[in-house]
Amino acid sequence: MTTVTDAPPLAPTPAPKERPPRKRGRLTPYWLLLPGILWLLVFFALPMVYQASTSVQTGSLEEGYKVTWHFATYWDAVADYWPQFLRSIAYAGTATILCLLLGYPLAYLIAFRAGRWRNLILILVIAPFFTSFLIRTLAWKTILADGGPVVGALNSLHVLDVTSWLGITAGDRVLATPLAVVCGLTYNFLPFMILPLYTSLERIDGRLHEAAGDLYAKPFTTFRRVTFPLSMPGVVSGTLLTFIPASGDYVNADLLGSTDTRMVGNVIQTQFLRILDYPTAAALSFILMAGILAIVTLYIRKSGTEDLV
Amino acid sequence: MEQYEPDRLSPAQLAAMRRSIGSGRASLTRRSLLRASTGGALALGGLGTLSACGIPAAKNTAGVSSEDHSAKEKQISFSNWTEYMDIDESEKHHPTLDAFAKRTGIKVKYTEDINDNVEFFGKIKPQLAAGQPTGRDLICVTDWLAARLIRFGWVQKLDASNLPHAYANLSQQFRTPDWDPGRAYSYPWTGISTVIAYNKKALDGEEVKSVSDMLDNPKLKGRIGFLSEMRDSIGMTLLDMGKDPGKFTDDDYDAAVARLQKAVDKGQIRRFTGNDYTSDLTKGDFAACIAWAGDVVQLKADSPDVDFVIPDSGYMTSTDNLLVPNKARHKTNAERLIDYYYEPGPAAALAAYINYVCPVDGVKPELAKIDEDAANNPLIIPDAAMAAKSRSFRSLSSKEETAYEEKFAKLTGA
Repeated sequence: MTTVTDAPPLAPTPAPKERPPRKRGRLTPYWLLLPGILWLLVFFALPMVYQASTSVQTGSLEEGYKVTWHFATYWDAVADYWPQFLRSIAYAGTATILCLLLGYPLAYLIAFRAGRWRNLILILVIAPFFTSFLIRTLAWKTILADGGPVVGALNSLHVLDVTSWLGITAGDRVLATPLAVVCGLTYNFLPFMILPLYTSLERIDGRLHEAAGDLYAKPFTTFRRVTFPLSMPGVVSGTLLTFIPASGDYVNADLLGSTDTRMVGNVIQTQFLRILDYPTAAALSFILMAGILAIVTLYIRKSGTEDLV
Repeated sequence: MEQYEPDRLSPAQLAAMRRSIGSGRASLTRRSLLRASTGGALALGGLGTLSACGIPAAKNTAGVSSEDHSAKEKQISFSNWTEYMDIDESEKHHPTLDAFAKRTGIKVKYTEDINDNVEFFGKIKPQLAAGQPTGRDLICVTDWLAARLIRFGWVQKLDASNLPHAYANLSQQFRTPDWDPGRAYSYPWTGISTVIAYNKKALDGEEVKSVSDMLDNPKLKGRIGFLSEMRDSIGMTLLDMGKDPGKFTDDDYDAAVARLQKAVDKGQIRRFTGNDYTSDLTKGDFAACIAWAGDVVQLKADSPDVDFVIPDSGYMTSTDNLLVPNKARHKTNAERLIDYYYEPGPAAALAAYINYVCPVDGVKPELAKIDEDAANNPLIIPDAAMAAKSRSFRSLSSKEETAYEEKFAKLTGA
């Protein structure tokens, strides 16, 4: 394993005698980038253009679709489905916060305290990913089944009375409620939070902690003033890796949710596959993309890490 | 662990790095690259390109001529649903398909790539809409999708002279669907009965005999399941309201949606599900749900608490149908395969394995030789009383289909 402690300072090193760069060399970086750019064009730019076009078309499968610059589709989509948009953002946001609360201590433990167990714990974090996303989500239906031990225990502790009062569960069950969907999202995206956190925590030099101690910082102060700020790149990339896919997810809402927990991903799926309203589905996708982009930009500005953009 | 330290780089390396990162106009920074690629994408996505996209009308590609290579190429590519074909204990061979290959010399490439009608339509739509081959000679889809494919002209008319057994043995109740009268384009693979299934333990003494019982009993609140398949859920509700799903009006449809909406609003209906209702039912999360009878036959075998009931008002019947898509290379071979499965022997072998309604007449004696219970099960070979209660959903125009699916989607939350 190689650890990069610092970017190599380029300017101060004495410049060696160099030949003037040959013309051919100037294009080399672009040639090296060509495969990547082609990939982006074919698998990102072209589908985007196609979808953008679809979103302003009108028609039906029988009559064909034509571009009519019908921008009203966007407005109608927002007017009809704003609750699902808000719900997606709320669920994904909650799941991201839960992931951070669960993931940070674990990543901290792996980075600083795990010793020879480090690799084992890392494998355990990744191991669930060896099975499919769908199977893992379905497993939660067994774990949270109405007659199962988990729900039984929560009921006898009257936890579900409190959560029902809060409106995140319904009656004496967990499945088919918002709580189940958020739990599913949290579980499914947790490793995306832990791994970036771990890599940025692991980079922190342990001697900094000692130094903080030597300067009479209490452990909590050390964490607040040294560890946490240094781990910010991990926090930002972890939250993004969790929030972005979670807000577009529809599997958890479909399998663990009910009619009042449908997210915008479900709407897009239904519009595209079932109702065959391709323009609305495309418009919804673009609105979701724009929304996430706005939220993410704002978030990165606030958190002040230029590392990522 | 090796530390990456700047002083280990040779001066030449550093110079090279500096050159590529920061020299003059050719310099390549992430921001300039981003700017360049965004500019490129915007130029690409210019108005011209946007307008050039579009989906051709279905009628333009209807009935594109297809060449039949059946005589030269002794093969056929058959796409079907999972677990919709008999399989031997090694889980490698399909006995009835092997027998077909042995008799006719036609090799069947059998693919289980259909999981969901809407998804499968999404998969084959681009090719069919563009008049391109799908690479499939035979597909198996449910009524409404078969009706849509026929309406769009995306499937081929079958040659009756290749289908003597199919013509003679098709059950009366499946002969004249309103979307393909006389079965010119399609033949049923299986019939599907939609019934009410329940979990005795979860019902806890309550009784469910009709859709009304499911929707109105407050003790079953939050433990009732409906299907995300619009025709099954609405069809069963229409029947319960005394309407015929074969000829209902817009108002009847709206009334059925309103009836279900009321149940959704008061939390009676837990979820609208696809095939995954089976796990909810066996675990008891659903006390009762709308279910497909073929599944219930299999579930009953594993979980004794699960059973089904056929409401007095009747039940919904649909079929999964074999169709030959446009541009299929082996149409005659496909027809021979359809005809083969309408012979009593192969039909019985298939019915014994998949437990859905067998659409072939005269199968009972053959099936009794394999499995006595199956032959006497009205869910597999319907008796007269059972057949009399069966109703099917009328075919819809494109406009109706969109409007109805949209209303149903609102009901299910999206």
